[in-house]
Amino acid sequence: MSIEIKNVAKRFGGFVALDDVSVSIPSGQLTALLGPSGGGKSTLLRIIAGLERADSGRVEIEGLDATDLPPQKRNVGFVFQHYAAFKHLSVHRNVAFGLEIRKRPKAEIRSRVEELLALVHLEQFADRLPSQLSGGQRQRMALARALAVQPTVLLLDEPFGALDAKVRKELREWLRRLHDEVHVTTVFVTHDQEEALEVADEIVVINEGRVEQIGSPDDLYDQPANDFVMRFLGPVTQLGDRLVRPHDLQIHTGAPDPADVTGRITRITRIGFEIRAEITTSDQIVTVTLTRNEFLSLNVEAGSTVQVRVAPQIHAGSATGNRSEILRAT
Amino acid sequence: MLWFSLLVLIPLTAVIVTASGNGWVEFWRAVTNEQTAAAIQLTVGTAFLVTLVNIVMGTMIAWVLVRDERFFGKRALEVLIDIPFALPTIVAGLVLLSLYGPDSPLGVNIANTRVAVFLAFLFVTLPFVVRTVQPVLTELDREAEEAAASLGASRFTIFRRIILPSLTPAIAAGAALSFARGVSEYGSLVLLSGNLPMRTEVTSVRILSSIENDNLESAAAVAAVLLAISFVVIVAVDVIQRRVVRRG
Repeated sequence: MSIEIKNVAKRFGGFVALDDVSVSIPSGQLTALLGPSGGGKSTLLRIIAGLERADSGRVEIEGLDATDLPPQKRNVGFVFQHYAAFKHLSVHRNVAFGLEIRKRPKAEIRSRVEELLALVHLEQFADRLPSQLSGGQRQRMALARALAVQPTVLLLDEPFGALDAKVRKELREWLRRLHDEVHVTTVFVTHDQEEALEVADEIVVINEGRVEQIGSPDDLYDQPANDFVMRFLGPVTQLGDRLVRPHDLQIHTGAPDPADVTGRITRITRIGFEIRAEITTSDQIVTVTLTRNEFLSLNVEAGSTVQVRVAPQIHAGSATGNRSEILRAT
Repeated sequence: MLWFSLLVLIPLTAVIVTASGNGWVEFWRAVTNEQTAAAIQLTVGTAFLVTLVNIVMGTMIAWVLVRDERFFGKRALEVLIDIPFALPTIVAGLVLLSLYGPDSPLGVNIANTRVAVFLAFLFVTLPFVVRTVQPVLTELDREAEEAAASLGASRFTIFRRIILPSLTPAIAAGAALSFARGVSEYGSLVLLSGNLPMRTEVTSVRILSSIENDNLESAAAVAAVLLAISFVVIVAVDVIQRRVVRRG
């Protein structure tokens, strides 16, 4: 295990940021800390980096107790949401910074920086100032700067949070490919479940200072440990007292089965290939999503009476069993 | 540009024209007059020293005001810093005289000495560096410092290579203001320094006495020299500032 977090707690005044958190982060993998804003995930990352001190608990990095080490001695690379560029230094000197601190020979620094700039596709921008780069380029520079010192672990705090949607998508695919090349143990914080599901090998869901679930993207999506995880990782709707994903519901117009719930279509929204139907049953409004073809073959329209049921072998949480989770998520 | 010319360039030109009214020889005589040269030397030298003190102390005070969250007297200091700005200089002179004059309640009598000039300069120029550095320090990206720390930079290295280059333009601006203000100071020192020729007489006092003696050309000559020195200092400050920023 590369990073071992044991019973870490952290308060800011009266606010509990982390409440007895224990996590093991495996070597060489890309791990996402996922959760809503203010849930404690950035605090945990900053504690790993030594930028914040835990009130109690221990942090081990590659078997070394790092709890009392200052950030300078931890050999971690840290990438910030807002780039944290050294504004007065050129791109080249930004990347060289960590190596200059370590007093490496000049020739070695130059070749290493060139190598890294090539890795992040910024070779032709070496002499520019950070202010002359776009957000995506600045973040790639920050990544190169963090990688320059060959860190034991690479920590990224909402690395794509300040970028627009298109660049964000490009960069996260690029990060995935980069990780496959470089293989450094990487932990990144995000509140975007799609980003975590797409990029990470393993996801740690953190909410209100506690770990809700740890697992692979498939585990989390298909077997959420509780309603919070289920709600946070994707859309949900309620049928009777069951919490399900809208795409795990089926509609048919045949004779009602005992497991079916009868309702009337009250609204149809089309988003590209996806059709979202709102069905009003006797006591609730259920959302069902279907593909365009499925929808057309049903031959229904707003006002039609239909039967709704959960597709077989689908996980569904009990919506009444854990009321607090639902209230928190809505 | 026209407005700028009317406001700044025309008066400056007028000073130079008046100064050269009697020709080069007279100009040179006025400037190299023993008493005048001593006044220029004292004023520029003291202003320079005071500016150096301000660069260090002003930056430190700004640092305490912005970064030290536990400092108890922060609010009070925040207000106190502006007093030299708000106080009419002659009032400041009176305050200094009653504090450090012959009847000093502190038992410190520096009246009629060069220390008085230094102290008066220091008093009126104190806010400049503080007030130019403070907003820049407030806006500084703390994450850049954290990034430098996780790359292995010690606190001193972070200050020297990350913080200082960002503050340098502000420090330079404050230093230039503080120097210019020192050179032109009159009110705050005129009471305490005694204006002793060759010892504690500063240029502004010298200029005034030249005018009172109906020697306008001599006054303008001294003014022209001060103008040239100020210009050189401003350019020098800018050059140094750029170099510090670039070196990083």
